[in-house]
Amino acid sequence: MISDPDVLGLLYLVAIVCFVLALRFLSSPKHARRGNWLGGVGMLVAIVTTLLVDGISNWPMIVVAAAIGSAVGLVGARRVKMTAMPQMVALFNGVGGGSAALIALAEFHELGGVLVWDEALSVSLSALIGSISFAGSLVAFAKLQELVSGRPIVFPGQNVVNVVVLGGAVALGVAIVAGLEEQWAIVALILLALLFGVMFVLPIGGADMPVVISMLNAFTGLAASATGFVLDSTVLIVAGMLVGASGTLLTLLMAKAMNRSVANVLFGAFGQVQTGAGQARADDGRTVRATTADDVAVQLSFARKVVVVPGYGMAVAQAQHDVRQLADLLEERGVDVKYAIHPVAGRMPGHMNVLLAEANVPYTQLFEMDEINPEFAQTDVALVIGANDVTNPAARSDPGSPIYGMPILDVDKAASIVVLKRSMNPGFAGIDNELYLDPKTTMLFGDAKESVLKLITAVKSA
Amino acid sequence: MTSLTFVIELTILVLAAFLGFEVISKVPTMLHTPLMSGTNFIHGIVVVGAILVLGFADDTFTQVVGFVAMVLATANVVGGWFVTDRMLEMFKRRPEPRREEPPE
Repeated sequence: MISDPDVLGLLYLVAIVCFVLALRFLSSPKHARRGNWLGGVGMLVAIVTTLLVDGISNWPMIVVAAAIGSAVGLVGARRVKMTAMPQMVALFNGVGGGSAALIALAEFHELGGVLVWDEALSVSLSALIGSISFAGSLVAFAKLQELVSGRPIVFPGQNVVNVVVLGGAVALGVAIVAGLEEQWAIVALILLALLFGVMFVLPIGGADMPVVISMLNAFTGLAASATGFVLDSTVLIVAGMLVGASGTLLTLLMAKAMNRSVANVLFGAFGQVQTGAGQARADDGRTVRATTADDVAVQLSFARKVVVVPGYGMAVAQAQHDVRQLADLLEERGVDVKYAIHPVAGRMPGHMNVLLAEANVPYTQLFEMDEINPEFAQTDVALVIGANDVTNPAARSDPGSPIYGMPILDVDKAASIVVLKRSMNPGFAGIDNELYLDPKTTMLFGDAKESVLKLITAVKSA
Repeated sequence: MTSLTFVIELTILVLAAFLGFEVISKVPTMLHTPLMSGTNFIHGIVVVGAILVLGFADDTFTQVVGFVAMVLATANVVGGWFVTDRMLEMFKRRPEPRREEPPE
């Protein structure tokens, strides 16, 4: 048993150093995995140290709770498919936030009546942010898992209601800091924050998920940090803030990659089915040209350079392994194959990279937007697999388009473009894509996986 | 708690924020998903808070709340770590022909 606070503090410092190094090691895929192991060591040190704190009791409950949590976490982590990773990340975000909120509730209950203002502030913030993160993450999970519609869910006066709900929760927090010590206050604060969490994620469309998930990530980190103030725990403060900083940075990066402000993403209800402005005008004589797998196979086999542009459609169809196989076949025939990755392709930051890594595509073959864009002009075929809005030239040319100004992959500069797409439905942003009317573009309709499998067969016999 | 503790803790928080921004800005785009999942694991550190609450709980209310907090936090820690490890295992460079196959 350790009762000396200095010894405890030093052990927690070891954990903090491990966490910082774990993030530092993520700067390159070469030693990133070692970094995660180091983070694991840090967590182990922090947990064992806490268990050794003088006076800890209720051992049976601690052991049972840890066993249940570990079993759930382990099974979830093992079973989840890489394509379902965004919802898994959302779920782990949620449980962390929920835990922070519950810790705040318990501390308020224990310390009720003797809370100093700064403790009251930390308790309120931890309960508020943790609850928002918990409820928001569960809604994000439900949307990504398609338990509820991925499209924005809106009703009139939504933003006003949101402001009132959040305002009520904040007002209760202020009252608690000012000395209100009734337990109903913190319970009501948590309920309002949960409601706000649900309402603020509901109107956000699928294509904006990378921003939302990053932001919820930041929230849970900040909630953990606030919990650290309640418990006077440096390791919670620092580790929580590291996560808060990471989530904030990713949120800003994702919003920038869409050329929109974070506020616009959160309150714009982007991606409702558009009427009028921004629609591709199909009445000017241009038509969409459908093609067959055999034609595309010939095109690909005799190309010198092919750039594959993956999007969420590839993830949904779980076609990443087949895409790799197709690319391998083409490379055997001497075709130069590269992958172009848009920062917001998919449903979370880096989504496409993880899927292609799962399919054993070497990361040296993946190129970011700025690297690959100048190469499209020398590309024979741009093969767009389930990506839509990130290839829409309207983002460059049509000031009336909702995505005008968003940096896109310049696939329309390639000599020819083949788009694999389920149907002519617009993408998640609800906007028609000018690219499909380009005379250089041909469309191969069908499920991405089936289409790629057909292409593989056709390339083999070409 | 004295207000000095609060100020010191706030100082630590602000410095951690700067450190976080520095370190995270060096993470390449390619690793953004593992970064999210890795930081997900790190905020599992709330498990420390959950242990303290449950370990010192002396009434039923606190025990129940602490118990649930503990379940959620351990799920966060264990799940977050294994998912991240699974993900990072997949990031490979080109040649390295079949390293993890049994030798022979």
